Amino acid sequence: MVDIAKGTAGVAVAAETPVLLRLEKISKHFPGVVALDGVDFELRPGEVHVLFGENGAGKSTLISLVAGVYRPTAGRIEFRGETIDVASVHQARQRGISAVFQEFSLVPQLTVEENLFLGAELTDSRLLNKRAMHARAREILDRLGFPLKPGMRVAYLSRAEQQMVEIAKAFRSELSVLILDEPTASLTERETQRLFTLIEQAKRQGVGIIYITHRMNEIKRIGDRITVLRDGRLVATLNVAEASESRLVELMTGRVIAQIFPKVAYRPGATLLEVKDLTTVGGAVSKVSLHVKSGEIVGLAGLVGSGKSEVARACFGIEPIAAGTVAFAGEDVTGTKARQMLDRGFFYLPPDRRDEGLVMMRGARENIALPSLDLPPFSTGLFLNRAGEKAQALDLARRLNLQPLNIERAVDHFSGGNQQKVLLAKALSRAVKLFVFDEPTVGVDVGTRVAIYKFIAELCEAGAGILLISSDLPEILHLTNRAYVMYRGVLRAELVGSEITEDRVLGHFFEREAA
Amino acid sequence: MSLRTAPQTASGPRPLLLRVQHLFVRLGVLPFLLIIAIIVFSLASERFYLWDNIKNVLRQSSYLTMVAIGQMLALLTGGFDLSVGTITAVTSVFGASAMVAMYAAYPDAIVLSIAVGMLAGVGAGLTIGIVNGFGVAVFNVSPFMMTLGMQSVGFGICLFQTGGVPVYGMPKEFGKILGFGQLFGEIPAPVIVTATLIVVMYVLLNWTRLGRYLYAVGGNLKASTLSGINTRLTLFLAYVLCGLMTAVSGIMNTARLDSGEANIGASLVLESIAACVIGGVSLRGGTGKLGNVVLGALFIGIVQNGMNLARIDSYLQIVVVGILLIVAVVADQFRQKLVAKLRD
Repeated sequence: MVDIAKGTAGVAVAAETPVLLRLEKISKHFPGVVALDGVDFELRPGEVHVLFGENGAGKSTLISLVAGVYRPTAGRIEFRGETIDVASVHQARQRGISAVFQEFSLVPQLTVEENLFLGAELTDSRLLNKRAMHARAREILDRLGFPLKPGMRVAYLSRAEQQMVEIAKAFRSELSVLILDEPTASLTERETQRLFTLIEQAKRQGVGIIYITHRMNEIKRIGDRITVLRDGRLVATLNVAEASESRLVELMTGRVIAQIFPKVAYRPGATLLEVKDLTTVGGAVSKVSLHVKSGEIVGLAGLVGSGKSEVARACFGIEPIAAGTVAFAGEDVTGTKARQMLDRGFFYLPPDRRDEGLVMMRGARENIALPSLDLPPFSTGLFLNRAGEKAQALDLARRLNLQPLNIERAVDHFSGGNQQKVLLAKALSRAVKLFVFDEPTVGVDVGTRVAIYKFIAELCEAGAGILLISSDLPEILHLTNRAYVMYRGVLRAELVGSEITEDRVLGHFFEREAA
Repeated sequence: MSLRTAPQTASGPRPLLLRVQHLFVRLGVLPFLLIIAIIVFSLASERFYLWDNIKNVLRQSSYLTMVAIGQMLALLTGGFDLSVGTITAVTSVFGASAMVAMYAAYPDAIVLSIAVGMLAGVGAGLTIGIVNGFGVAVFNVSPFMMTLGMQSVGFGICLFQTGGVPVYGMPKEFGKILGFGQLFGEIPAPVIVTATLIVVMYVLLNWTRLGRYLYAVGGNLKASTLSGINTRLTLFLAYVLCGLMTAVSGIMNTARLDSGEANIGASLVLESIAACVIGGVSLRGGTGKLGNVVLGALFIGIVQNGMNLARIDSYLQIVVVGILLIVAVVADQFRQKLVAKLRD
């Protein structure tokens, strides 16, 4: 079972082994939402069971139930043959069920070892036994092979290092079920390799692993079985060997790929954006050159932290530039501020609508009008034109099919997909030549996803230039006519038309061979 | 009334309670507190309803109202101004000193001395607002530390300047007109000034870009930057305008007291923040309505007036204001829960 080549044989053997964890007809209701609806799931010792599905499909809810964060509304959880009721994360941990969530549960002001033993401090007659904790922390970190010192403060660690602390926390005590939620999102290839070796070790010790990922290659590398969820329901559980990408996407979205992505008629025209040897302060981007023409959709692919967002942000004037030039519509605009870039017709839509995109407690109308309050029909020079603003905002909201169509409602009270529509409507509030979409479909349902792709295609066909920044591979593959791939701040490749294939793009995503 | 709505809410066995809940969610605690206060005080004293007393309440509340509106601007951006007390003090001391000096040098130039004194006072108060704005917007000092620091700086300067003794000797006309003057023989001067400022601020907040940007910057600074808003300028102006409103309040109050005093605004920080919070301004920034802030300040004025009429000890009154502030915050927490429940 150590050998990955025997992976499929391992599944066959595992079929006879007793089930470690079984969820039966498990449901979870939140006020107004059914997050999980009668889902069955089982985990065998020594297997990596991948959970697959879109954002909002119920993956996170499912692992939260297992990890003791929530309690199920209905259904039964069985662990080693007996029904259990995990009331808290602490209780789950005592049974050896540990989760590493995407949102870290670390206290930044404390050190690595203090975090490792938070809530389970080793004591010596009521006082903290710091020496023992230090020794244990050292031992755990060494065993995992993480290059961390127990005394370092978590606040000064990189995201990847913080992830290691989280993982180390899970390995702190006896482990029987390990839950990993997109653990490689911020890891480099080498760190990822290290994590996979650990997972192999854990498997050999009979630990069952629930693994959430969107990445096909990871599923193939370490997965044994896959359970696909959609809209809180179980779609299928299948062996990795029988799961091709298109099959999985179909199961995940309930549609075939051709129904999701529109056909775009590209008509590349004049060059709009021309970036030469761009390097940002801090080095997130190093000597990147690229260009975008009107009437085309250019992809900028790469992992989180590859610097792909920073390229666009530097062009938009919100990331300081150390060297290189940015030209827009034939004029040098290096270091121009966001206000002037907007006036020139460059619009950047940020990836995190809650953090950077929208003023959540204000209404949709105010959010839509925000970038254009200096222009008619939103304003008459000195004063706002509230009637004009209302009419225009309503018009845009209708065009994007905002639901419910109440533009005075606080954005916070809309669903994720509709919040994204408000963000898109913002971009339509003024004349724009080049749209930069940074991860435009994060956290939206399939229906909205389809609408957003159609929207992008229409903008392109109407003659706008589009830079699509995405770590979602299908988006790059099916929507762009040209794509750049970035890795660690450097541009790795430019692919044109039929060259944009999964293998080629992925080949440049990671550290190993450059295709 | 409940009969008429009965067909609509046939399933609701408690339509009145539900309706009160809806009103509470829509309007906040303030209307309820106002009604309770007015009922209690009119029962406690017959004089409460007299026109003279109402006028008195309006005049006394107007100083706080101006400061509370200024405070609201800082709160909208997600900060606050702890130096409003000092700004009134600086305005009072420097305005009075300049006026006294000018009046002593040119005893005939009454109007000129008043004008110079007022400009000097407002200018001094405004300076603190400008320094606050610079610190918060340009040097990214937290509003808490910046305004707390300036509160100490300004107060120290006032005491140093006056030796802790009130400044006397301003022209009599100053107090007569701006302190106790009445337009049409009925409406007190500070009420007129306050009403004018309310109108100006209403237009600024609801009909200009700056007003919208104040809400946006407080609601989400990053989204505002990405929408092309000059966030530093917006933050800067919030504190400058807060300083200006407070300085105007300070000079009007100086006229009423007929002396320049360093201790003039000791209770203003708490009272102005209380007026805003009771009026539903979020401490996290981004939400708040001008009308409710004005009502909030008026409410505090009514409570103080009512307690005076009911002969409640002035030290105990300070206790009551603190309690009201906390009650308002607790009620708002409760309201937020209801909002999530009743959403539309």
